[in-house]
Amino acid sequence: MIETFAALAHGMAVALQPMNLLYALIGVFLGTAVGVLPGIGPALTVALLLPVTYKLDPGGSLIMFAGIYYGGMYGGSTTAILINTPGESASMATALEGNKMAKAGRGGPALATAAIGSFVAGTIATIGLAFLAPWLVDVAVKFGPEDYFALMCVAFITVSATFGDSPIRGLTSLFIGLTLGLVGIDKLTGQARLAFGIPELLDGVEVTTLAVGLFAVGEALYVASRRHHTEEKLEPVRGSLWMTKEDWKRSWKAWLRGTMFGFPIGALPAGGAEIPTFLAYSTEKRLTKHPEEFGKGAIEGVAGPEAANNASAAGTLVPLLTLGLPTSATAAMMLAGFQQYGLNPGPLLFAERPDLVWGLIASLFIANAMLLVLNLPLVGLWVRLLAIPQPWLYAGILVFATMGTIAAKPSVVELSMLAGFGVLGFLMRRYDFPIAPVVVGLILGPIAESQLRRALAISLGDPMTLLQSPISATLLAIALIALVAPFVLKGLGRFKANED
Amino acid sequence: MTDSPSRATPPAASPSVDRAGLVIAFLLAALAAVLVWDASRLPAGAMYGVGPGAMPIVVAVGLGLLAIGNLIDALRGGLPPRESTDPKPVLLILAGLALLIAIIAFGGGFILATSALFVATSAAFGRRAILKDAAIAIVLTTLIYLAFDKLLTLSLPAGPLERLL
Repeated sequence: MIETFAALAHGMAVALQPMNLLYALIGVFLGTAVGVLPGIGPALTVALLLPVTYKLDPGGSLIMFAGIYYGGMYGGSTTAILINTPGESASMATALEGNKMAKAGRGGPALATAAIGSFVAGTIATIGLAFLAPWLVDVAVKFGPEDYFALMCVAFITVSATFGDSPIRGLTSLFIGLTLGLVGIDKLTGQARLAFGIPELLDGVEVTTLAVGLFAVGEALYVASRRHHTEEKLEPVRGSLWMTKEDWKRSWKAWLRGTMFGFPIGALPAGGAEIPTFLAYSTEKRLTKHPEEFGKGAIEGVAGPEAANNASAAGTLVPLLTLGLPTSATAAMMLAGFQQYGLNPGPLLFAERPDLVWGLIASLFIANAMLLVLNLPLVGLWVRLLAIPQPWLYAGILVFATMGTIAAKPSVVELSMLAGFGVLGFLMRRYDFPIAPVVVGLILGPIAESQLRRALAISLGDPMTLLQSPISATLLAIALIALVAPFVLKGLGRFKANED
Repeated sequence: MTDSPSRATPPAASPSVDRAGLVIAFLLAALAAVLVWDASRLPAGAMYGVGPGAMPIVVAVGLGLLAIGNLIDALRGGLPPRESTDPKPVLLILAGLALLIAIIAFGGGFILATSALFVATSAAFGRRAILKDAAIAIVLTTLIYLAFDKLLTLSLPAGPLERLL
């Protein structure tokens, strides 16, 4: 307990240095500005802005990342409320009631309850992160390679199969990611795999190239291909921005309930914020004293899911920082951010670079507070960003998307891969395959492989080592249950469809 | 991702074979075959534990099973319904990307390359004012170049236009 306070205080001292405050401010600002653009979720926001941080030192860069992360989340909810195109499925619940409120001329209070709810949930969840992390680190140091491998199996299954619309399609996405993760030189033996004699492929597939290709280029192609279907309508923010006393009364409990759903589910390797946001939505719908307003713009229906969304975002940082386990596309991009400095999140990082880890955690508090102060007054600016005509918007997104690759590796092979992943992202969207498992598969696949091979090397090739460790055996059992459950209980993910 | 939540409702209509689903199943099986072929060229058997060829085989087996799963889905017609798409804008954006790659490869520089992509994309989204968009693109990408190359010292490829700056 006391150690946590001391570590956190130290982190605050790092985060409050003027330069770091500036980085956090830039991160929050850029994150919101990019996140607010329609069709851009937090994962893509982080992927697009990764090149901006190339030249910073790791501390400053991670602090900017914290700001980008929360800024992107906040920007996404603004888009969901004002034009009903949630950049990612986690904002879908917010769009349900939020857009109705905006249509009814109550866009201001909807944005306000989203912003304040995000702040409340983000702060509580970050406190949860600060206290849970050291405890989990103590558990994690006892993990052997076989336990890590089993843990990653759990993450693979829950991210791809358990909660999606179709376990087959989710697993297909995961295995595409795992295949991409095999490309390049095998770290243990120096053998080239799936490189087909192309020197650029020996380094493997770059996570940012994959993510930007799948998310940005794929999204642009997809939106362009079905332009004749969609008609986006930007709701102007009319009337007061402020919440009435009644709004406050209806919101605060929803914020807290949303946090209770979001943080634990985000902290478990269960993947994504969709489940807590929809749980929060259905709970608010059940508990409300104004059931007649649901479907027409009920403020609880915005407050609960938004809080759940932000709390689960902080929750996913628990497995990411303590175990190096990304359980969402955004967390995978954060991990890529660490890796560009050769840093591997996990128990070792807590021991070796406490200033970095606790500086990052402290910056989350600061970024949250900055967002609260910045966003409501600046809402006019964000709305203007939303009004950029679609042709220029997507043209600009693609320029930014390619710039990252051009700056990192301006080769024909790398740029062709970016375009190829764009086509893949387009096809996956069209045929309804989830995108996040591909990114998680690419980033976790090689780690899982090296842990497995390390475990087998220690046991002299005896695969029973996976079942002899109680931790690993339990985790593998959980993974198996998580894999079989969606096939047995058809429609575990169906509650999403039933909500509307 | 941007689809409305309503997409999750399965079609109640009579099931029919989904052709795209068959293609997907075939591609997954082909990918599995490539993995096996590639792994077979690796020196087999490490001294201890498993060698570099083991994981590709595991992934290939997974892909093979998923090919079967997707095949069953396709034969049952169990894929979610799709909206019609317009291939022209997609091809236009891909042409823009190809142009960008060519300009970078032949030393045309960042500004010209990304401007070409900008104009192609904006045309794909229905804009017809190509000259105006080209002017906007050049101004925008020049600003980006200055901000990132000079301020953040990121090295972006320089061509004739960049050398003037």
